[in-house]
Amino acid sequence: MTSTPIKEVREDGRKTSIQHISTSRRIKDRVVQGLVYLAFALAVVPLVSVLWLVVSNGLERFDLEFLTHSMNGIGARDAHGGAYHAIIGTLEQVLLASLISVPIGLFTAIYLVEYGNNGRLSRAISFFVDVMTGVPSVVAGLFILAFWILFLGFEYSGWAGALALSILMMPTVVRSAEEMLRLVPNDLREASYALGVPKWRTILKVVLPTAFTGIVTGVMLAVARVAGETAPLLMTVFFTNSINNDPFNGPQMGLPLFVFDQAARPNDTAIDRAWTGALTLILIVMLLNLVARLIAWWRAPARGR
Amino acid sequence: MSKQIQVSGLDAYYGSHKAIEDVSMTIEPRSITAFIGPSGCGKSTFLRTLNRMHEVIPGARVEGKVLLDGEDLYAPTVEPVSVRRMIGMVFQRPNPFPTMSIYENVAAGLKLNGRLSKSETDGIVEDSLKGANLWNEVKDRLNKPGAGLSGGQQQRLCIARAIAVRPEVLLMDEPCSALDPISTLAIEDLMAKLKDQYTIVIVTHNMQQAARVSDRTAFFNLAEQGKPGKVIEMDETSRMFTNPSQKATEDYITGRFG
Ligand SMILES: Nc1ncnc2c1ncn2[C@@H]1O[C@H](COP(=O)(O)OP(=O)(O)O)[C@@H](O)[C@H]1O
Ligand SMILES: [Mg+2]
Repeated sequence: MTSTPIKEVREDGRKTSIQHISTSRRIKDRVVQGLVYLAFALAVVPLVSVLWLVVSNGLERFDLEFLTHSMNGIGARDAHGGAYHAIIGTLEQVLLASLISVPIGLFTAIYLVEYGNNGRLSRAISFFVDVMTGVPSVVAGLFILAFWILFLGFEYSGWAGALALSILMMPTVVRSAEEMLRLVPNDLREASYALGVPKWRTILKVVLPTAFTGIVTGVMLAVARVAGETAPLLMTVFFTNSINNDPFNGPQMGLPLFVFDQAARPNDTAIDRAWTGALTLILIVMLLNLVARLIAWWRAPARGR
Repeated sequence: MSKQIQVSGLDAYYGSHKAIEDVSMTIEPRSITAFIGPSGCGKSTFLRTLNRMHEVIPGARVEGKVLLDGEDLYAPTVEPVSVRRMIGMVFQRPNPFPTMSIYENVAAGLKLNGRLSKSETDGIVEDSLKGANLWNEVKDRLNKPGAGLSGGQQQRLCIARAIAVRPEVLLMDEPCSALDPISTLAIEDLMAKLKDQYTIVIVTHNMQQAARVSDRTAFFNLAEQGKPGKVIEMDETSRMFTNPSQKATEDYITGRFG
């Protein structure tokens, strides 16, 4: 080898030496960093202000009476009264909607990921799930109104509301569960097959537990989304001021409807009730989220139990 | 336990792509057979045809015969799941089930065999972990997650998991390629021990490893780029590494290509 000294010149002729970050780059870095913080602040402002408004206005009537009494026999201008009937209605409707849409959504997602092989049927299902995602909530309500109540002749009920809500929930559940199932590494499925575990048991014992936390989060997002829907309820559960514990018979109330109704009344006592109704709704969704997180934490893998 | 495998005229496809062609060989029980050869010549593919894992991949199929002690694994009425119970597999990357504890990982394949009592399961888990030379390291933390172990321990956990279902044959696809030398040595010791009970087939990129652990070696190669892989030569390991009959084998072993 000829002893050419190792020059600081590479083949392309550029000098290789330790480079320093130029001032202009440092300034650019700072500016962009500032912009990111600004964007974050802009995004948080509406959230915080809504929360602040709801909490500060809603605390006024957030008392035991509100949580335990209905609006039965409360006159237009009276204070007092509460949202018990609406809370019961919302809880029952959301629970029923989840009972319908979570199994169907989960099974659909399992089919798409584990069995569909991207064949014609799974592409068709995927397409219709996308279509369903785009269905406005009013349309879901209208559909149940036209089909269940007007065509089949059933009465207004919490169940009808749950049907409408489940139409809205299903695509969200399918999409989030599908995403979570696809995240499960194929290695794990193969490891299970190689032990002689049949496919259905692999899905049950390996794939679903691995995706469990993510699926729970997705379901909670779907629940949170439908818990605040007003339009579909308007056309399906109708409306009532009294307590109806039976979701299958007669009109029920829901918290979004309660807020909608009270906020439209002209006097302050009603407006106060509307704020408190909104606060209650937020708290219910938060509570459900907390419960889901607890479940997810309890089932979390990386923790010696 | 421990059975012989006879393969004849085996082709494997991914869709229309033929990955290996006309492979025939006999794999003896209670011995270690090593597959060597350059990347992409179909060693993993062939290994996976031996326990019908190949067809798990969409579009993949197999032609030819694989006999396990004379029984054709690809006969139309054979249930692939039962084949995989008899022929276990360890993968290149350790893949313990992340949601399961060490104990549950080892017991994962067991529960299918009808209900086992707690004490029976305990016994098998302990035996398997001892069999995989892992018991002493994990006996105090069986209920901790399997993913918390080191890479080498995880791989031995996967071996324990595979031997817990009492297979006849153990297939290992580059089981040490993700491991450090100490862990590799631990796994090699383990293989030498397991060979008393199982038919072991190992794919390896490490020539010294093949020479150290295996009794017989098969050399896979492509005729040329884009052509399916073939077995060039198969013989006693000692002869393969000292006196191969094919020029290509010698070139590969001495590091002249691949
Ligand atoms: N999942 C797959 N889909 C399609 N082709 C594959 C797949 N896995 C491997 N192959 C192809 O099969 C051939 C053999 O691959 P492989 O068996 O992994 O080789 P090796 O294990 O010897 O490195 C390669 O040409 C590779 O591209
Ligand atoms: Mg390979």
